[in-house]
Amino acid sequence: MIPRYQTILFSILLLASVAMGITLWHLRERAHQRLVAGQDSAPTKAPEVAPAEPATLLVANDFDNSMLAQVQSLPLPADPGARARAILGKLLDLYAAPGAAHPVSGGASSVAQVFLMPALAPAQAPDPKAALPKASDSSPQLAVVNLTASFAATHPSGIETETLTLLSICGTLHANLPRITQVRFLVDGQRRTTLAGHADLSRTFLATEASPTDGANP
Amino acid sequence: MHWTKFVPAWALIGIAATATLAAHQSPSSPAAPPNRFLVVLDAAHGGDDSGGRLNDGQLEKNYTLALSVRLRSLLAARGIQVLTTRESDASIDLNRRAEIANHARAQACVSLHATESGSGVHLFASSLSPAQPTRFPAWKTAQAAWVTRSLALVGVLNSAFVHAGMNVTLGRAALPAVDSMTCPAVAVEIAPERDASRAVTSALDDSAYQARVAEALAAALLEWRAEAWRMETAHP
Repeated sequence: MIPRYQTILFSILLLASVAMGITLWHLRERAHQRLVAGQDSAPTKAPEVAPAEPATLLVANDFDNSMLAQVQSLPLPADPGARARAILGKLLDLYAAPGAAHPVSGGASSVAQVFLMPALAPAQAPDPKAALPKASDSSPQLAVVNLTASFAATHPSGIETETLTLLSICGTLHANLPRITQVRFLVDGQRRTTLAGHADLSRTFLATEASPTDGANP
Repeated sequence: MHWTKFVPAWALIGIAATATLAAHQSPSSPAAPPNRFLVVLDAAHGGDDSGGRLNDGQLEKNYTLALSVRLRSLLAARGIQVLTTRESDASIDLNRRAEIANHARAQACVSLHATESGSGVHLFASSLSPAQPTRFPAWKTAQAAWVTRSLALVGVLNSAFVHAGMNVTLGRAALPAVDSMTCPAVAVEIAPERDASRAVTSALDDSAYQARVAEALAAALLEWRAEAWRMETAHP
């Protein structure tokens, strides 16, 4: 004969087991629902890619010291700074390709950033107390191209090759963003005397210095 | 209160005389005819700055020094006075190179470089826009008053190299030392000679090629001296 208190205890334990089982089942279902809900919020279609647009690249050639205009179609973002970086990335990808007439390693990742800001007149000394010039839709711009240190370290050394790299960057920026009239270069955010021992990197380049030449010497 | 109350009369007379003298003195002209003919040879790089690494393992600083020594001998043999910025593997600041050239008041300043990029001889003049000479030119753009003469020197060098049967490319470049020189200044960059398929036909370590380059440079500087003398005779 089972004592009554044991029957009651057994019944309570059985009820508790069933209750815990039901609770676990519900928790599992809720976790599953959360998981399903999370999957629903994940993107199910590809992000929109900017439409391909024609971009004019001034491609350098070491063998005749020339720059030729080449039109390439590539997706370009709307923001001018990002647009300039994308175009320069394409230009440097061409230089990094095997058999390039102006071989420079590094490719698109060599341009860390391109900053655009209102340009000062060439002879105008910056006055720290003066307010920044107001920008308008047609005012000339200064592009600050921040190159990576690895690009400068691996760039071939020589007056011609270094000058061609800088001028093709200046010319390409001006050809696609005509408001850019001046270009300055930084390497890892710092000013640098020369690119790879020769071409002066400390000065402001005028975009007009890099006019394309059709196989002729600049 | 006027400041002249505190300046003695003799000082004012002195200031006025100095100002008058300054107004009548013309700024130093790049076209001043020389009585002597001096060439400055600047072997680029040196010391810690080894320049580019050439394909044969040689460093650019050693190549330019060897070319400078060879060219100095050729020019001395032709009676041309030569001043070199370095005679050994010494580290010389870019500003110091320009100082040496400017103090020498040379009739030609030739900066020697070497590279594995491109083909033949690359001749560069400063990319600065021509400007009128001034009494106190800015250091970083001092070459502006001499650019026209530098381009003429490039033309003479170009003729000599073409006459020697070499490929020549011409260009303008921003070069820190050259841009500060107050003399007709040219950067000469020697690259291997290549054929149409870009195969090297004359390597930088080819002694015959080095001799051709040095001979052509010496011939060009002789022609430049003759031109300077012709100018001196025409405009004494």
